[in-house]
Amino acid sequence: MGATYWWMILGMALATYIPRMIPLTLLEGKELPPVISGVLRNIPYAVLGALIFPAILFVQEGNILFGILGAATAFLIAILGGGVMPVVLGTIGVLAVYSLFM
Amino acid sequence: MIVIKHNEFTSGLKAGTSIAIGYFPVALTFGLLAKTAGLSIIEATAMSLFVFAGASQYIALSLITAAVNPMLIVMNTFIVNIRHFLMTASLNEKMMPEKRWIKALYAFGITDESFSVLATSKKERVSTSFAFGVTFIAYASWVIFTAVGHVVGANLPIFLQAAMSIALYAMFVGLLVPSMKGNRKVVMLAGTAAAIHSFFYFTELLSTGWAILFSTLASAIFIEVIYAKRNKTTETTYTRKEEL
Repeated sequence: MGATYWWMILGMALATYIPRMIPLTLLEGKELPPVISGVLRNIPYAVLGALIFPAILFVQEGNILFGILGAATAFLIAILGGGVMPVVLGTIGVLAVYSLFM
Repeated sequence: MIVIKHNEFTSGLKAGTSIAIGYFPVALTFGLLAKTAGLSIIEATAMSLFVFAGASQYIALSLITAAVNPMLIVMNTFIVNIRHFLMTASLNEKMMPEKRWIKALYAFGITDESFSVLATSKKERVSTSFAFGVTFIAYASWVIFTAVGHVVGANLPIFLQAAMSIALYAMFVGLLVPSMKGNRKVVMLAGTAAAIHSFFYFTELLSTGWAILFSTLASAIFIEVIYAKRNKTTETTYTRKEEL
């Protein structure tokens, strides 16, 4: 690959690091207007909604049933009060059994 | 000097374990694909070590294979990661005050997944040591299993590979649901963003990075406006009652 590859790695490293670092350092100690900080505090829940759907349904190409079963299992365990780890391991377990026998 | 509080760091490691599990199959596959794309183990591991961004790295691999200009690969990486401006601006509201250079250190470890774990923490404010714990275990998993994937050169058994591909999404569900209980605003925020993202997914109007950024921002603003209006109406009814 050679030197070009390493320049590309450097460029990619900066391209990922800058958007992560700038807000955390520049906004340190800054009091934002209530409207903006209200919107920012909404972001995590909106992000989670967008990260989960619709991608969770399509984790296995061409088999939406697999995704639906996974999503249903995860939500069920979570609603029943399982913590994050039981949700993760339980969902993997159910889908592993499903893939073994289907 | 960075002062690391041990119990905070350890509970960060614990909270980050589900990320480490979720990264395991993704990093393993990345190492394997990097090998098939012609990268040496040093080159593949270096990318995970310095870049630490799942989606961008996968896209880079396919672009390398297609012999795309490296400048375009870097630009694409930046575009895919623009959404992190929004996420870390939001995370800043949640983090304990800290020296800027120390924040610049753990900022390196903020991915979609570590952001989700930190931002949904039940604590009012998240400590620096906790953030180091979460990002450290996630990062370690990502780098180590990239190398392992390259060395082993084979994937997990198919049934396990398929099942483990759900891990990160299951983690997101596990983080979201407890906050949804008894909180209608959270339900509306997640639901609106999910609906908007689905729209862009099926119409293919925006690529994934932009679609997540736009649907998140649109949902966060829209719901904030609705709630601001609702609060105003209740306030005015209250004052009217008092006037009567």
